[in-house]
Amino acid sequence: MSTPKISVRNLYKIFGDAPAAALEQARAGMHKPELLEQHNHVLGLRDINVDMQDGEITVIMGLSGSGKSTLIRHLNRLIEPTAGEVVVDGENIMEYGPARLRRMRRHTMSMVFQKFALLPHRTVLENVATPLIVEGARRRDYEAEAVKWLDRVGLDGQGEQYPHQLSGGMQQRVGIARALTSNSDIMLMDEAFSALDPLIRTDMQDLLLELQRELQKTIVFITHDLDEALKLADHLVILKDGEVVQQGEPQHILMNPSDPYIVDFIADINRARVLRARTVMTRTDISPPEGAVEIAGTATLEEVITLGGGDADLVFRVMERGRQTGVLAMRDVLTALVGTEPAGAA
Amino acid sequence: MATYDWIFDTLGLRDWCDGSDAAAPMSMADLMSRTGSAPDASVWETPFPSMDALNDACASFPQSRDLTRGLERGFLDIKDSLSVVLDPLTQPLSWALEGALWLFQATPWFVMIPVLALIVALVSRSARLTGFILLAFGGLAFINYYDYAMQTLAIIAVCALIAVILGVPIGIAMSRSDRLERVMIPVLDMLQTLPPFVYLIPLIFLFSVTEPKLYGIAVILYAIVPVVRLTNLGIRLVDPEVIEAADAFGMTDRQKLFGVQIPLALPNIMAGVNQTIMMSLAMVVIASMVSAPGLGVLVLRGIRNLELGVGLIAGLGIVLLAVILDRSTKAALARVNAAQKQ
Repeated sequence: MSTPKISVRNLYKIFGDAPAAALEQARAGMHKPELLEQHNHVLGLRDINVDMQDGEITVIMGLSGSGKSTLIRHLNRLIEPTAGEVVVDGENIMEYGPARLRRMRRHTMSMVFQKFALLPHRTVLENVATPLIVEGARRRDYEAEAVKWLDRVGLDGQGEQYPHQLSGGMQQRVGIARALTSNSDIMLMDEAFSALDPLIRTDMQDLLLELQRELQKTIVFITHDLDEALKLADHLVILKDGEVVQQGEPQHILMNPSDPYIVDFIADINRARVLRARTVMTRTDISPPEGAVEIAGTATLEEVITLGGGDADLVFRVMERGRQTGVLAMRDVLTALVGTEPAGAA
Repeated sequence: MATYDWIFDTLGLRDWCDGSDAAAPMSMADLMSRTGSAPDASVWETPFPSMDALNDACASFPQSRDLTRGLERGFLDIKDSLSVVLDPLTQPLSWALEGALWLFQATPWFVMIPVLALIVALVSRSARLTGFILLAFGGLAFINYYDYAMQTLAIIAVCALIAVILGVPIGIAMSRSDRLERVMIPVLDMLQTLPPFVYLIPLIFLFSVTEPKLYGIAVILYAIVPVVRLTNLGIRLVDPEVIEAADAFGMTDRQKLFGVQIPLALPNIMAGVNQTIMMSLAMVVIASMVSAPGLGVLVLRGIRNLELGVGLIAGLGIVLLAVILDRSTKAALARVNAAQKQ
């Protein structure tokens, strides 16, 4: 694996009057509830170690109060850590002075906010051009670039409107266009779609995936919605009470939850829609009996079941890049659907 | 024999008390109590151990009038050196007021009224308001109160402008420093609750009554409070997520202040400006007691000479002026609000 684009190492954040003392306690193994009860300090983050790879979408998921928004704000130092480091492109950004930090925020990272955080007194075009205006660009310099990204997110011709004249979904498109205009490698998205209606949220997720295929940015995405996390994530990090409970490839986490908390968490999702043939299949290159239907490794179990038309005895050939990588029996599909602890072998 | 003799006796200060029996000037109360035969006071009439009561027991103890006189002496002592500093510092205010008064009065009415109406029209973009203002000034001019109204307006224009020029930066500084805010809020509270007449007392000592800056300073001190308060509040109320976005895109503090905080605080700042103008109008009337010209002089004449009609009409003229100023600034405020509702 190549060196990560962003690497968070031993990061601690403690909110309170005397964080240094509480830090020792946290290092000694104290968790959030005890620290609050005995020292009246809030444990924001405890010993976070996450590597975020170039060109991947890393999703940080957790319920409210799990510290996910605190974590993403450490990546561009909107919040200063109590201890630990954040390494971006091989440099520890905790060592940056104000000017270097501003340069990083202008060129290396951009951010999309939950409540959009557009400047209400500036037009949509000016909002989109914010990263260029911050650099001192004049209208004729930034206009072409801003219009390009505005068109790209599907807001052609809305440049002269003011943000309050747009709907929530359109405002967030402006937020995304603003982040794209900076041409930064890294995009931080803090619950970017949480304030939107479900349908619009799906649209926006599709837009993000489409942009990502084209632009290959390193995206850090925060969400409390597991379906959204599974849809977007290349790498999934699950936080609870300021600690990483499990991280890894989302399909892997689904099949091998390491913690009862995660089992609870994934209990309610539609597994048929999320799990893929590749995850459930038996890895083999021995051909299954004649007449087995070929399916793609990325097909969801829902697609597999539809294809099978209800027949429980079918076996599929799972194909990837024109080669068979495994076989998938319908029985395995059905077992995978009920969850991690199968109810006894039949 | 006074009630609190025992305090000085037990503290062994009797010698000190009797040491200076060069009696202080006698007050009327002393005189009264000397003539009447002082009966034995009952417990119910025990006086509070105030300065005067203690002075009864011990002649060396200062009386309360010594306190006020001391303050006065102290003030008079530093007055000269204070004037050396304050006089040149505030001289531009006198010039500005004299200049404005001259300008407002020297401009003929047929230029002045249309210019004022034009300003209001540009600020408010409202034909109705502009018509009202033409009518109001026309009415004032018709009853021969035009000159007085212009004098009042000139003073307000200068004082409110200076109050805003000083007040907005103070408010910005307060919004950026919690410590400064903690220091400033009691000062602002005091400026706001101090009866307006009280401003005038030390100013009369410091400056000559013939100088315009005397009332200029009083008006500015009184009127500056709302614009400071609301600038501070407005900037503190700016959506923290927008500030976070400004930080996240690498804005400098300066870009953040002028590009985000001030524009977003503008509705509140404008509300403060409106209040500042209204309060300068209130103070300029009171300041007529220290030679501020304008409608206030007529009100004062009404009180002094019991000229009921003059006082009432001048009062109504002030109301009219207040309505004009209030409506024009509110219309401007409404336009700012409309431009950036969220």
